Amino acid sequence: MQELLQSLAPWLNDNAIFTPSTLAQYWEGFVNTVQLVFISLVLGLFLAVPLAIGRASPIRAISKSIWLFTWVFRGTPLLIQLYIAYYGLAFIPGARESILWPLIKDPLYPALLAFTLNTAAYTTEIFYGAIKAMPRGELEAARAYGMSPMMAYRRIILPSALRRALPAYGNEVIFMLHASAIASVVTIADLTGVAYNIYARFYAPFSAFIFVAVCYMVLSFSIQGLFRLLEKRMLAHLQPR
Amino acid sequence: MADASIPLIVSDIHKRFGDNEVLKGISLEARKGDVITLIGASGSGKSTFLRCMNLLERPDSGDIIVHGEPISFRQTRRGREPADRSQLERIRTRLSMVFQGFNLWAHMTLIANVIEAPVHVRGIPRARAMEQGMALLERVGLADRAHYYPAQLSGGQQQRGAIARALAMEPEVMLFDEPTSALDPELVGDVLKVMRELADEGRTMIVVTHEMDFARDVSNQVVYLHQGMVEEKGHPSEVLGNPSSARLRQFLAPRGR
Repeated sequence: MQELLQSLAPWLNDNAIFTPSTLAQYWEGFVNTVQLVFISLVLGLFLAVPLAIGRASPIRAISKSIWLFTWVFRGTPLLIQLYIAYYGLAFIPGARESILWPLIKDPLYPALLAFTLNTAAYTTEIFYGAIKAMPRGELEAARAYGMSPMMAYRRIILPSALRRALPAYGNEVIFMLHASAIASVVTIADLTGVAYNIYARFYAPFSAFIFVAVCYMVLSFSIQGLFRLLEKRMLAHLQPR
Repeated sequence: MADASIPLIVSDIHKRFGDNEVLKGISLEARKGDVITLIGASGSGKSTFLRCMNLLERPDSGDIIVHGEPISFRQTRRGREPADRSQLERIRTRLSMVFQGFNLWAHMTLIANVIEAPVHVRGIPRARAMEQGMALLERVGLADRAHYYPAQLSGGQQQRGAIARALAMEPEVMLFDEPTSALDPELVGDVLKVMRELADEGRTMIVVTHEMDFARDVSNQVVYLHQGMVEEKGHPSEVLGNPSSARLRQFLAPRGR
């Protein structure tokens, strides 16, 4: 360890790239990425639960229209959705005069909109699949014991389905983190955006991008660890005792 | 008006699935303390009949009267449906069912399964439900498994847990849908033992089963169904001991009894 640090020391002193100023920029990018991903995931999650219930609804008009929403958002690249939200919204007649204009012209909000709807679409399908996979017998037991459809959802179907969806949802979260790299194309200074700026300034692609790759990896592994912990707790009923 | 002292009367139940008429007008009356076993070959309609009693299947016609209160129906485009959901839900809490596949809620521990409906459907305070639930698990010999999840229990344990869940509703009538058919032979005994004890304490039970010993020793009425109709019914000593119908004789014969 000592030797490793000693061999690194001259490099750390010599290099012009990883200075306090660039590290501060990386930190800012890190914060922006985490904020962007976290907020869109939370909003997407809150949208996805009722949407998944609607998607499983026996009323065709409801389930079909939600299917159409998920089909559109899962069938097109996130980058295109981001372009439409960022460049497109500004062209809607009256957008520039509306009170929403400060939100539209800031790249953060269109990006949040696109990311939220995108993750909501994927998460809806994940939850819908888990609801569909609900064992029939457990539903019958809920009915036989006098539960209303609402209560059966609240007490039996959602707790069971959301637990079952946890591993797949964990993947969606990591996918979302990686997909958020495209926020940089609409001038958001996320991790990728910062890395690109530093690359451009020093013309040092390996240093700039490998460092940011490590940042993403640390985030990914933290998320994975978090989900593994959650699964251990929430899926205890599937583990042998 | 029906007699309010009779826990359950079902009369003239008809049920068809597409072109297949599964039940062709079956009636049954369960008085307090009755243990009625429904027997018959598979496809005879005995499970469907049982499931019509708490409306897991909707009968096309016929009445279901619980303690003098008939379940109300209305005609819709999709057929005959219960007219009043809250009435249906209330009546279902009085007829608790034990399923062939146990159907415990997998994401809840055993004790949570037992207190779930008492707390959330019947509105019993949690602490009291907990106390009663533990006592019931004690009764079925599972007190030490209260905090296990269903998947961590054997089939026999799950079914005894499901019986505790049914008892926790303090039901007027217990419906058993082939409770031992999914169990390994060596686990059947424990479940039947619990059911015998329930019968002995005067519970009103309707049991779909293939266990002829149980039917003979425990029930006070045996109903033999054949192709959606009652072929023979009466006291087990007559129905099983001296069957008058040739078909029932044949049904009983291969078992070597």
